[in-house]
Amino acid sequence: MSKKHAVVDIANCVACGCCRKVCPKEAIGIRCGIYAKIDLSRCVGCGKCAKECPASLIRLEVRSA
Amino acid sequence: MTPKKHWYDYLWICTIVYFTLGFFNIMFAWLGLISFFLPLLIAIIGGSKAFCNRYCDRGQFFALLGGRFGLSRKKDMPGWLKSKGFRYGFLIFFFIMFFQMLWNTYLVFAGATLKQAVKLFWTFKVPWHWAYHGDAVVGAWVPQFAFGFYGIMLTSTLIGLIVMVLFKPRSWCVFCPMGTMTQLICKAKNGKKVKAELAEE
Repeated sequence: MSKKHAVVDIANCVACGCCRKVCPKEAIGIRCGIYAKIDLSRCVGCGKCAKECPASLIRLEVRSA
Repeated sequence: MTPKKHWYDYLWICTIVYFTLGFFNIMFAWLGLISFFLPLLIAIIGGSKAFCNRYCDRGQFFALLGGRFGLSRKKDMPGWLKSKGFRYGFLIFFFIMFFQMLWNTYLVFAGATLKQAVKLFWTFKVPWHWAYHGDAVVGAWVPQFAFGFYGIMLTSTLIGLIVMVLFKPRSWCVFCPMGTMTQLICKAKNGKKVKAELAEE
């Protein structure tokens, strides 16, 4: 398990899917056209999605044990 | 690892083809209705934003120019630009301007003269007469709609390019009226289900 994982601000997510396209682990899906959902078991915390998100609504958090 | 490319990853070509065709013959502007109705149909029938996520040619065009060609500063956009107030306000503004364009089309249908110009940023009338070859068989309203629609498409692409350069490649997606509208449809369609799921987690 990676030390960090990505977290999406789902209240403001526009569901554009930019994050999903760059995820190397295919850990992101767009839930019902409303927000980006991250599969924490797949996320490696690389931060590519956070960099890509046009609204900068993704941040990396330390994984809780 | 480079992800496998699919046919729909090359749809950015459509943006270039669309504007090139419209430059030579304005009637091709009508094709833009595909990218107007398709996202709505996908959202209404499928309840998803698959158009934005996968098939949007313009989004791919910005990602290519801003990403691979490095034409974007890749900086965060200001908070107000991604606020719900601005997103919904821009959608309403876009709607009003769209209906104004439809009204102008109606006026030509009712007898007004065809204006062979493209309106940029809802203000600047740019001459575009070379793209009209007098081939309106049905009526002058057909090319009038084409000029109006091409103006909307070109204006939104130019705004998209400006925010692409200033902020992140696909910054336009944040307040794209089609994206906002399809997300609202998805919220109306799937909102309850998603809320229940989130409450369970």
